[in-house]
Amino acid sequence: MPNGIIIFTEHRDGAFNKASFEAVAAGQQLGATLGQPVSAVVLSADANVAQGLADYKLDRVVSVENAKLSEYTPDGYADALESAVRALDPAYVLMPHTYLVRDFAPKLAARFGKDVISDCVRASVDGGAVTFSRRIFLGKIDADVVESMPVEVGEVRMKPEAPFQEVKAAVDLSKAEVIVAIGRGIKGQDNIQLAQQLADALGAELAASRPICDAGWLPIDRQIGSSGQTVAPKLYVALGISGAIQHLVGMKNARTIVAVNKDPEAPIFDIADYGIVGDLFEVVPTLVEEIKKLKG
Amino acid sequence: MKIIVLMKQVANKDAILRINRDATWIEEGDLSFEVNESDGYALEESLRLKEKHGGEVVVCTMGAQRAKSVIKDALARGADRAIHVVKDDLLNLTPYAGAKILAEAIRGEQPDLVMTGLQSDDNGFAQTGVILAELLGLPHATIVIEVDASGEQLRVKRELESGWYQWYTMPKPALLTIQSGISQIRYATLKGIMAAKKKEIKEVAPAATDPAAPSQRVTKVYFPQKTKQTQFLGDGNAKAGAAQLAEKLRSEARVF
Ligand SMILES: Cc1cc2nc3c(=O)[nH]c(=O)nc-3n(C[C@H](O)[C@H](O)[C@H](O)COP(=O)(O)OP(=O)(O)OC[C@H]3O[C@@H](n4cnc5c(N)ncnc54)[C@H](O)[C@@H]3O)c2cc1C
Repeated sequence: MPNGIIIFTEHRDGAFNKASFEAVAAGQQLGATLGQPVSAVVLSADANVAQGLADYKLDRVVSVENAKLSEYTPDGYADALESAVRALDPAYVLMPHTYLVRDFAPKLAARFGKDVISDCVRASVDGGAVTFSRRIFLGKIDADVVESMPVEVGEVRMKPEAPFQEVKAAVDLSKAEVIVAIGRGIKGQDNIQLAQQLADALGAELAASRPICDAGWLPIDRQIGSSGQTVAPKLYVALGISGAIQHLVGMKNARTIVAVNKDPEAPIFDIADYGIVGDLFEVVPTLVEEIKKLKG
Repeated sequence: MKIIVLMKQVANKDAILRINRDATWIEEGDLSFEVNESDGYALEESLRLKEKHGGEVVVCTMGAQRAKSVIKDALARGADRAIHVVKDDLLNLTPYAGAKILAEAIRGEQPDLVMTGLQSDDNGFAQTGVILAELLGLPHATIVIEVDASGEQLRVKRELESGWYQWYTMPKPALLTIQSGISQIRYATLKGIMAAKKKEIKEVAPAATDPAAPSQRVTKVYFPQKTKQTQFLGDGNAKAGAAQLAEKLRSEARVF
């Protein structure tokens, strides 16, 4: 009988990321509710890395070791975790929803004839049956023991080079106090000047969601979100942005968030302090005028 | 080089979504559909690779007859032929089951490269491509933002979080899931649209899926609970909302 919960934790050169601790918290909660043991697994070439989780309250920490795990590859990680999962035989495998996990987790699941319930925000338990709600989680937790598990890793077909950042961004939006951001609702490149007028009136930097940068309407260093910049200005005005999770993670810590969107159900309103349900092409010109008036 | 590009038809992004009566999915009756965004970029990159290195681009779509519009559009942009796995209802198809059907549909083609978008804009599982690679025994890379196919091996640039990137080298054949923005998407020309009419679209029936219970099943769809108290301004009047907002920004948010 499969039993227990194992949590895959992600690290780079021994530094665990925040999403991994969120997954640990989620696993801890689920384990408590189900009355099942909770373990963390750490993939590495170096047994010491797993020590990084020693202070977290877990039933055990398993260090899954092989020289080929010194850098991430989907082949290496899928092989190693497959061995670990077969040996530990858990009921649930939990992972942080990161770009790295997106890259190998479906491959791992496929080896068990399954797929992943990706992007979870909630797990609710009813009579031993777990219902997962999809999207992401937050929290904190602790552990006790570390045990070591050397694994076989087969042929690794992909060779990674060192990660790098593109030439330093020309604009550092993380310093901006006020940001006016545009999304696909801006419709055309010619309309950007409208947002620029608002930015000028507020003394703001212009930023954008991904599709605007994908289309080349604004340079990529103005993209906000999981692949772009993370900002926390005093004011963030989102014009015609729906509020996909990959965008929200880049701006949710703004002190005041304003959203203008014609769809009342747009998820951006879930984090907005002020919202206007309406056409940005009607809202923005009036807003510019009124701000100018108030500023005198 | 033979490239197979997988493309899915999804609900139009500007559609106002409503939940169906049984709360099992969205109301599709009055929706318009379009190609999944990153799949469009996967096609564009495939066409560019063909232009550079020669070969063939084969589009593969799984879906109802209405998905033909995705195929026709891809053929008009320059794909050479198409495989349509005709399946009316994709609703209860898990990523694993879907990938299995697709694997059987394209296995015989022996492609050098399989390209997909990195996730679909509807279910957003982000798994079909990776599982497909595993089922076909291919190495893969996800969130790919640049492809260099000029050498013996493939060299691809992957997007990592927060503006980081990484190059990977791997042998062909391989499967790549493409990130949007990899290149600028071309429009179909009139000539392309005319030429598309003569191109082959092969319809195939989906391979039988496992009778075993699916590993996941949607029990209910619903709008997320709002967690923040948003002050909605203007009550449907955009101009009034704008005026109120300016005042709030000054008096409450104190940004000027
Ligand atoms: C791995 C990965 C990484 C990603 N990284 C990022 C990232 O770093 N940053 C990012 O932003 N996205 C990122 N994305 C993409 C993200 O998932 C969304 O697709 C994107 O954020 C959507 O942008 P949008 O809100 O501008 O467009 P849409 O979702 O199309 O929203 C447009 C909005 O405009 C509204 N609208 C339309 N017309 C008007 C009008 N006249 N007036 C008012 N409102 C109007 C619509 O109601 C809609 O809500 C990433 C995705 C993936 C899979």
